[in-house]
Amino acid sequence: MNQSFLDYYSLTPFTEWIHRTLCGVMPENWAVFVEGVALGVVILLAYAVLAVVLIYMERRVCGAFQCRIGPNRVGGRGGLLQVPADVLKILTKEIIRLKRADHLLYELAPYLVILASIISFSCLPWNKGAEVLDMQIGIFFVLASSSIGVLGILLAGWSSNNKYTIIGAVRSGAMIISYELSLGITVLTVVILSGTMSISGIVESQAGGWNIFKGHILTLVAFVIYLISGNAEANRGPFDLAEAEQELTAGYHTEYSGMHFGFFYLAEYLNLFITSGIASTLFLGGWMPFHVSGLDGFNAVMDYIPGIVWFLGKTFFVIFLLMWIRWTFPRLRIDQVLTLEWKYLMQLSLLIMLLMVVLKVFGLVF
Amino acid sequence: MVFDPDDFIVNIGPQHPSTHGVLRMRTSLDGETVKKIDPILGYIHRGIEKMNESLTYPQTLALTDRLDYLSAHQSRHALCMCIEKAAGIEISERAQYIRTIMDELQRIDSHLLFYSCLAMDMGALTPFFYGFREREMILDIFEETTGGRLIQNYNVIGGVQADLHPDFVRKVKDFIVHLRGIIHEYHDIFTDSVIARTRLKQIGLLSREDAISLGTTGGTGLASGWANDVRKHHPYAAYDKVDFKKIVYPHGDSFDRYMVRMDEIMESCHIIEQLIDNIPEGEFKVKTRPIIKLPEGVFTASVEASRGEFGVFLISKGDKFPYRLHYRSTGLPLVHAMDTVCRGGKIADLIAIGGTLDFVIPDIDR
Repeated sequence: MNQSFLDYYSLTPFTEWIHRTLCGVMPENWAVFVEGVALGVVILLAYAVLAVVLIYMERRVCGAFQCRIGPNRVGGRGGLLQVPADVLKILTKEIIRLKRADHLLYELAPYLVILASIISFSCLPWNKGAEVLDMQIGIFFVLASSSIGVLGILLAGWSSNNKYTIIGAVRSGAMIISYELSLGITVLTVVILSGTMSISGIVESQAGGWNIFKGHILTLVAFVIYLISGNAEANRGPFDLAEAEQELTAGYHTEYSGMHFGFFYLAEYLNLFITSGIASTLFLGGWMPFHVSGLDGFNAVMDYIPGIVWFLGKTFFVIFLLMWIRWTFPRLRIDQVLTLEWKYLMQLSLLIMLLMVVLKVFGLVF
Repeated sequence: MVFDPDDFIVNIGPQHPSTHGVLRMRTSLDGETVKKIDPILGYIHRGIEKMNESLTYPQTLALTDRLDYLSAHQSRHALCMCIEKAAGIEISERAQYIRTIMDELQRIDSHLLFYSCLAMDMGALTPFFYGFREREMILDIFEETTGGRLIQNYNVIGGVQADLHPDFVRKVKDFIVHLRGIIHEYHDIFTDSVIARTRLKQIGLLSREDAISLGTTGGTGLASGWANDVRKHHPYAAYDKVDFKKIVYPHGDSFDRYMVRMDEIMESCHIIEQLIDNIPEGEFKVKTRPIIKLPEGVFTASVEASRGEFGVFLISKGDKFPYRLHYRSTGLPLVHAMDTVCRGGKIADLIAIGGTLDFVIPDIDR
């Protein structure tokens, strides 16, 4: 298949030009330092902007599902100013110090959560040549770093010295650790299909067709399993029992206020984005355009759409799916959540992985 | 000692999102499992029964709407009936019909709110708005005729406060057609959802014997196979002229309690349809003496309120004030049943069971 379109997407010439220009005015190690700082700032900015966009999107989507017009009216045209107002408010709120809390852990917890989420955020493949953290074992690194988040949640629940938070934290710990299994196994299925663990490698292996089409029905089922367990990882409904509002008031972050609470809130939305971003990387081809073999004219038009648009489009599509689920279903109970994982999802995903190995060995995938 | 010294006790309430008011339940937990519940009442005690002893009979009416605000009509109906029975006032046929229709509209209103709150307690936020959408239409109908939306002050001794609004009949008919057409949405999003079914079925079992000995009338008793509908057993107002089904479910679990309410909505529509077209002409209120004095004696009356049998027990010493006016509240036995029903369940079940028992807090304390 003609793969020349990949050159169109590559940002490598651009980044190399920046590097050369910087090297022209300063020594190379300084140039690398400046680039690193600039990238960090860009990532943090993108992180904050995406959080605002996601919160706005959630309000509009749930308003639409619930036949409410509020989010369209409040705060200027289309409700645009409401989220910035909320951001300003949460930035200026007082952070209340608890009397009998374990202060070190209490203040460390939100940073752990946000750290885990920023590290995994940096691994997303925005475009060809625009992967910030790209390594041989990229997808493993994402799984590992996103697991730090559960530590923050457990610490938050423990250090707040409150019974609601400890129940929420234990629930969350049990759930996230369980769902990481089927999440990891479905990711492995894709790794087997693509033959690489590097995130850019996985995306490029889908140049001839997205994984969701390549692996017959198997990857489709794996995609569904990934969405379910990803939803659980991101602590969102119907798996939001860690912060089940009706049972535990706010779960593990009941005692947090101000920007400390804001970090949990931010991390929740960005985890949603990361889950969806990884889903679109693994199953929907990341920044790869949509191609139908045989329709060369159509494919050529698709090639003109920039990679970042493809990536964001797919990711927001998956986010929409997850929001749809969240605003439709009631919450599960903790034992049902664990039963679903240990009795059904894990077995199913193991079976899929096994079948995928067989297909791959006999060369039966597309 | 209610609890063992080393029990893990969580205080649910009095300020809690899903106790539906200021109810406090001290709950002893074993992990996620509920070992025992100790409901503590009195946070909204207003001394209404004591207050009544220094109020004239027309004045006592004003307080009944404040008991169970979702059965405002029925509570007031019961007190009016009791006073009319004692004073020997015959009320007109028209007033009987109006009272019956209003009672049934109020029942639909209450059950729609029940649906909303149950869905919300279980973490499904979208059905919440479905219930409110239709409830709003009932409140509009109420507002036109009675002037009030929640607290209507509509029944008076000798009839009703004001005649029906000219649009009343048309609007009620339109509403019933609308509700019959849209009720499938309620079932699609919540009743038929797998999660809702597994969360409700075989959860919170209340046997028929327990239901009778605890006195949980209304939907809770009906779901346990205890036919206790006052409208059937000793018909009052216009209930002897209409034909309606006896709704009884056998299992006594949360799902049956939920289905009883959903069926009652349709049954109430059926009752209203039979009455609305043949409301007899006549006066809506018979003339009574300005100062009503009841003969000496003990009088009782009871109606089927939205969530059980609401009784009035009145002792008169021949004065213009009652000597003692006691209400049999519908909610108190339901709260009393919480410990029996929830024991052995999970915390999440506790909230869902509280939702299906459907108590209204101001009714418990009075």
